[in-house]
Amino acid sequence: MSATILETGATATAPGPMIKADAIRKNYGRLEVLKGIDLRVERGEVVCLIGPSGSGKSTLLRCINHLETIEGGRMWVDGSVMGYDLRGTKLHEQPHAKICRSRVEIGMVFQHFNLFPHMSVLENLIEAPRLVLKEKRSTATARALALLESVGLADKAKAYPRQLSGGQQQRVAIARALCMRPKVMLFDEPTSALDPELVGEVLKVMKDLAATGMTMVVVTHEMNFARDVADRVVFMDDGHVVEQGPAQDVIGNPQHERTRAFLASVL
Amino acid sequence: MTLMTEPKKTSPATDEYSIVKARHPGRWISAAVIVFLGLLLARSVVTNPNFGWETVGMYIRDVSIVRGIGITLELTAICMLIGIVLGVVLAVMRISANPVVRTAAFAYVNFFRGTPVLVQLLFWYNLAALYPSITFGIPGVDLDANRIITPLTAAILGLGLNQAAYMSEIVRAGILSVEHGQSEAAGALGINRLQTMRRIILPQAMRVIIPPTGNETIGMLKTTALVSVISVPELLYSAQIIYARNFETIPLLMVASIWYIVVTSILSIGQYYLERHYAKGGQRSLPATPWQQLKRFVRVHDPLTGKGAKK
Repeated sequence: MSATILETGATATAPGPMIKADAIRKNYGRLEVLKGIDLRVERGEVVCLIGPSGSGKSTLLRCINHLETIEGGRMWVDGSVMGYDLRGTKLHEQPHAKICRSRVEIGMVFQHFNLFPHMSVLENLIEAPRLVLKEKRSTATARALALLESVGLADKAKAYPRQLSGGQQQRVAIARALCMRPKVMLFDEPTSALDPELVGEVLKVMKDLAATGMTMVVVTHEMNFARDVADRVVFMDDGHVVEQGPAQDVIGNPQHERTRAFLASVL
Repeated sequence: MTLMTEPKKTSPATDEYSIVKARHPGRWISAAVIVFLGLLLARSVVTNPNFGWETVGMYIRDVSIVRGIGITLELTAICMLIGIVLGVVLAVMRISANPVVRTAAFAYVNFFRGTPVLVQLLFWYNLAALYPSITFGIPGVDLDANRIITPLTAAILGLGLNQAAYMSEIVRAGILSVEHGQSEAAGALGINRLQTMRRIILPQAMRVIIPPTGNETIGMLKTTALVSVISVPELLYSAQIIYARNFETIPLLMVASIWYIVVTSILSIGQYYLERHYAKGGQRSLPATPWQQLKRFVRVHDPLTGKGAKK
């Protein structure tokens, strides 16, 4: 991967963890999805969230950039509480504009890519830099083209998302998120909607990104990726963090019964 | 074992087989019946003197008729503009998080859809009887309703506000047709709600909004004929004025009808190209337009150069 991604804003120098979840609770109606989650992600760390479907890992990821509101606990991102103003012991909901400003720092990649189908690849990439960061078209375009090159899609700038394969679309989606120079990248099952032969190209881009020192939180079912790339693996089940530790340990030598059962079924 | 024994002597070589197309006598009969009925109709239209084709020819480009078309087009454009702008606002209100805002939009749509537009037009026309002076509740503002509400403003208000109710439902359907992931992706990039609506949601909703809006525009063009009852000199009323004088009722109604068909046909062509524009990204490649198809046909079957004539 070229040097362009290195200047995304990923810095390992500032103090404190990049993400700190304190006793996060989340309900959908009467269903408790997250039952008091604690999580720490250090700067430059790559953390994979694994677990059976319905365990709450995607919901936790979506709480990090406040796509989901929470019922309890606090989500710290880069030193400030996400989505709320902490005054005394009260968390005041932030106005939407402020939440938008915080989200600039947090890139997100979705399972179904969610590219804007009415815009070309290039337009997809420069839309948010132009609207949110008020970048000039020429500046945004230059950066977008460099990022497209780094994900191997320099020749697709003028294509529309529907003209691309799933793997190409997901690489565009990663480049789109990187255009905002985020400090942390969230991946929500980025390869689950892909044909098996296209998974590799997306994982390679993610691997390259991890190598640049980007802080990454990845919800995934790709155990090989978790083992090879993640610094730490967090196993979730039924709204709890069941087990976490270095990837080799959790996947190679799980301590908990439920972790073992899950890994036995997916490996 | 008789099946296995091929009658070798009688069967020709493989390449001598040819396909005989199935005959469709039913198709020929139905086509003949329709053509016959069409000819009957055409003959009666041409030979029935009551159509008064000479009179039609005389008035088809009459000054007041042409002026009437101008007013019809103007009314259509202004009322659709009001309808679309107000319709988008109402649609966004309908999906608002605020229940009061939501209910207000619903009440508006319910009221304007629930009463005949002809009745609404008469109400606006007679507004002065209801509110002789319009103050908007603002001190210092005192407008004479009789002066403001001319037939034309009554027509614009009546048709425009009524259209907004229908447009809001169309726009709302369009907004709801855009996948939720789109606004999530925009939100995750830090794009605010208003920008998301304007740049991400509405352009995609257009694909769903445009076809029924084209219908509504064509419908509006014809609905403007209603305002003849409040004496706005649009196309129909202009024709009525003339036949009230010379009693050539049918020929002048033909004049009006011909113009309505001409204009709606032109609008349909415009709608086709507008739909194509907003289909961008919806399909991998767009089908050729009829014009492009024609050009290709001429290129392939060019009778002058004879190119492609040999198929």
